Amino acid sequence: MTSVLYDAPGPRAKRRNVLFSVVFFVLVALLLWWVWQTMDEKGQLEWALWKPFTTSEAWTTYLLPGLADTLKAAALSMVIALPLGAILGIARMSDHRWVRIPAGAVVEFFRAIPVLLLMLFANEFYVRSTGIPSDERPLYAVVTGLVLYNASVLAEVVRAGILSLPKGQSEAAMAIGLRKSQTMSGILLPQAVTAMLPAIVSQLVVIVKDTALGGVMIGFTELLNTRSTLAANYANVIPSFIVVAVIFVVLNFILTSFASWLERRLRRSKRSTGAVLGAEKVDDLNAAEVGGTYGTGAGGSI
Amino acid sequence: MFDFLSDYDDPTLLGAFWVTVQLTVLSAVGSLIWGTLLAAMRVSPVPLMRGFGTAYVNVVRNIPLTVIIVFTSLGLANIFGVTMGTEDLKDRAFRLAVLGLVAYTAAFVCEAIRSGINTVPVGQAEAARAIGLSFSQVLRLVVLPQAFRSVIGPLANVLIALTKNTTVAATIGVAEAALLMKEMIENEAQTLLIGAIFALGFVVLTLPTGLFLGWLSKRLAVKR
Repeated sequence: MTSVLYDAPGPRAKRRNVLFSVVFFVLVALLLWWVWQTMDEKGQLEWALWKPFTTSEAWTTYLLPGLADTLKAAALSMVIALPLGAILGIARMSDHRWVRIPAGAVVEFFRAIPVLLLMLFANEFYVRSTGIPSDERPLYAVVTGLVLYNASVLAEVVRAGILSLPKGQSEAAMAIGLRKSQTMSGILLPQAVTAMLPAIVSQLVVIVKDTALGGVMIGFTELLNTRSTLAANYANVIPSFIVVAVIFVVLNFILTSFASWLERRLRRSKRSTGAVLGAEKVDDLNAAEVGGTYGTGAGGSI
Repeated sequence: MFDFLSDYDDPTLLGAFWVTVQLTVLSAVGSLIWGTLLAAMRVSPVPLMRGFGTAYVNVVRNIPLTVIIVFTSLGLANIFGVTMGTEDLKDRAFRLAVLGLVAYTAAFVCEAIRSGINTVPVGQAEAARAIGLSFSQVLRLVVLPQAFRSVIGPLANVLIALTKNTTVAATIGVAEAALLMKEMIENEAQTLLIGAIFALGFVVLTLPTGLFLGWLSKRLAVKR
């Protein structure tokens, strides 16, 4: 696609490209040199700061338990948010106005609010109104915040998934005399779930990233939180940030690759109706595209 | 019922939301510029720039924004000595937050614009090349103007997500809405009321943006 924008380079263009490459390379090299130099000056390159990551202690005491909490919160949120999102999404397509409008209001409301606000509120609510022990409370608060937000995002995914199915599916179901609930549960939903799988997996990336908020703001012991304990212990601020960033990048890269592999596989599959909700779709899910009217456009879960 | 609001004057409720708005606007402008540059790099004829753009987007997109923002404070400011041209710690935190938000959001802006470039019909770029325009002319005069019009919708979503993401600046002590909410909700009895006030504040910020840009994207859409 990109090659459409320029011709195959001739001798002059080749020379120019080489020049640009050299200039760009020098700029990046200067930046990296400055980073390296400053790290050296501040002693961040010393082996003593990096050595902990080669021992099992740093991993078993700090990083792995942190990663486990991150994954636990993400998995719990997804497992709870998915059925909730399905219910909200289906309710939003109901024929009855008294079901459709409240469901729509709930979805649009929770999509418009930052997850952090939901987490802070949930945390305080649990402090005052429930007897959840204080060492478990952050997990509850993080999961609550993530569930409320992601259920409404997934509601839109479910709605888009069902709307993406060919119209003939529900028409055929009606023609053989199925009731509305039977059409939904027996015909539309099973196909929509397949179509939605890539989008659901990539929403998992968003959830994993959002767990880090709970670590700083309400003391949930996830990866970013255990990093600060680790850095306090070994005084290795920069190395610990780099290691944690690499863990997140690898984890999310695996999830993203899995999502696009699923998408490719589902598109190829002969049994499906060909309706696949792409992994990228969640990013620009907008009521305007799904419903045909202007929504609040509170989408874009980045 | 609302008496407690007058106990908070640094910042006030409106003041905190004003900081949120400032964070949003500055980061939006910055990430639009940086994101467009990244997108131009990703489609450019220079392989090194293409590689850099791709690597940047794939790495930054997969790191939690919270990690980036906390790093700007603990890493960039404390270790690398990036003071953002100010000695005042409040100002520094604000500028660092903008820097972190721009670095993160630009990756998403880049992807939105790149997908916009892909919607421009091949014939447009071919015609531009046929009349002898260079790569930068093709991009500047023919492709990007059409691409921008078709990505107003996706960019609006990025902007709304950015508005919500500014709350992450609370993690390094920027006195914006989420930090004030944390303070209020811990000290006052009216948990539900405070939650409702701040939720309403964000609905007020995001709702008109979404409606206006949704209308704009339909108006400016290139009819094909």
